[in-house]
Amino acid sequence: MKFNKFVTYASALTLGLTLSAQIFAKENIALVISTLNNPFFVTLKDGAQKKADELGYNLIVLDSQNNPAKELANVEDLIVKNPKVILINPTDSDAVGNAVLAANKANIPVITLDRASNKGDVISHIASDNIAGGKMAGDYIVEKLGKDAKVIQLEGITGTSAARERGEGFNRALQEYQFTLLASQPADFDRAKGMNVMQNLLTSQPNVQAVFAQNDEMALGAMRAIQAAGIKNIMIIGFDGTDDGIKAVERGRLAATVAQQPELIGAMGVETANSIIKGEQVATEIPVELKLITK
Amino acid sequence: MHTINIKRLLIEQKSLITLLVLVILVSSLNSHFFTLNNLFNILQQTSINAIIAVGMTLVILTSGIDLTVGSLFALTGAIAASIIGADISPFLAITAVLAIGAAIGASTGIIVAKGKLQAFIATLVMMLILRGVTLVYTKGSPISLGMSDNAELFEWIGFGQILGIPVPIWIMAIVFIIAWYMLKYTRLGRYIYALGGNEAATRLSGINVDRVKIAVYAMCGLLCALASTIEVARLSSAQPNAGTGYEMDAIAAVVLGGTSMSGGRGKIIGTLIGALILGLLNNGLNLLEIDPYYQMIVKGAVILFAVLVDNKTSK
Repeated sequence: MKFNKFVTYASALTLGLTLSAQIFAKENIALVISTLNNPFFVTLKDGAQKKADELGYNLIVLDSQNNPAKELANVEDLIVKNPKVILINPTDSDAVGNAVLAANKANIPVITLDRASNKGDVISHIASDNIAGGKMAGDYIVEKLGKDAKVIQLEGITGTSAARERGEGFNRALQEYQFTLLASQPADFDRAKGMNVMQNLLTSQPNVQAVFAQNDEMALGAMRAIQAAGIKNIMIIGFDGTDDGIKAVERGRLAATVAQQPELIGAMGVETANSIIKGEQVATEIPVELKLITK
Repeated sequence: MHTINIKRLLIEQKSLITLLVLVILVSSLNSHFFTLNNLFNILQQTSINAIIAVGMTLVILTSGIDLTVGSLFALTGAIAASIIGADISPFLAITAVLAIGAAIGASTGIIVAKGKLQAFIATLVMMLILRGVTLVYTKGSPISLGMSDNAELFEWIGFGQILGIPVPIWIMAIVFIIAWYMLKYTRLGRYIYALGGNEAATRLSGINVDRVKIAVYAMCGLLCALASTIEVARLSSAQPNAGTGYEMDAIAAVVLGGTSMSGGRGKIIGTLIGALILGLLNNGLNLLEIDPYYQMIVKGAVILFAVLVDNKTSK
């Protein structure tokens, strides 16, 4: 008797799942995402999902839980299903290499999102345009304070691509408008270091009018140092658009933050996959615009 | 009379039945599932957890537990990657890493046995220390194998094939055969069951209980190191946060395989089936395109169900 009941439930479940599988018998695109435990990547996934729905694809989303071994297993599982394109948001640029190679071997095109892969053939890499973001910060300072602005830059960890590119963009603004860069020092993307470096600079450069920090953490550290010194009217611009950063902008503590647009990164990933499926040429590097958030 | 036998068979083979039900369910829902490639995927992905779970089975049979496996996995992986990265022969490197794994496992065993600590507490503390050592050793960054000939040779452990079957599957099979033989036919195997069944009685019958304990933790450490070399070979790099949560996967495989958490009762073949159930769940949920958040709930529910059934039937 009980067994019969079980059979009924099991077959109902099977039927239900089979039916729903048939309803979604559209072409598959897969997204292997580094983690769904971080709002940035959840937003990225939502952007991809929305675009996939719009273009009529079935988006398979697999979560690597920040574990490259799980990432490789996910890609191996996907290869069996033979999706048209695999979008990978790597957990780590080195460790993702063999997952990309596995997809290459199965002749499934790969697009990387946000982080690049150091190995394998990737058709397109889609990430924030950090150079444009740095330029945006410089432009904003000149727009608000004019070309005579006296500015300090807090740099991220030397040698990282984010620090290099954000600095390069900021430099372009400097070249264009010829404002005064009083000092530019590394504070390693760290809030405490941002505070210490800013404290030191405030004594040596009391005329400073604006600070560009290459991430929000350093910007918030600089903000503390400036508050502690009792100085007003120094404009601070951060980068990333973190929750803390945006809150500080809303309260008028930071003048602005250059925010990444994870939703757009996801959407552009699916759009690029669509172009590949249609047989169109796509760029190997697709920079995604950043957005200046002000009060 | 006949029905009773069937009932007993169902109870005894419940892990196997769970596995078969899952196989039938997933393969009827997805046509890709029952392909050779996918079966190799499952076995290969299972191999890492399965090898760790063998070590965990030995420890749990003595009524202990080893929570260090995830941290030990990360540390031995980092050591393996840095040795290979220094362009040293893989044979030498693997031997060294296995020895280090066994030595760290043995020291955990010594703390448990000689320190007279509860295994849960002792290994919880060691888990923290070993993770810290790993972070110090790796400086928090991944260690790459590099591109040398030795690195390529080493990667064969992760990607090579013998007779068309991937190497990790061979390693897993060999580990299970050795463990099965040891538990069934050697004196150490009998001591492990005896110790888990009744420690006082075992001690009174003149068996060196401490030595058995140290041996099982050492074997668990060695198997962790072995599993870790496979993962490092598969990824071509070692991650400082590798192995996080692997202790839970291993314990889940042991429990799904019907080994009693209070020790003394269980079979190594059950652990293999338990690990396969978990691997198959991961793979099947991916193939069926179940939402990632729901995957965790489904996995948890399956384990809970299996444990509840086990609890009811093993009394």
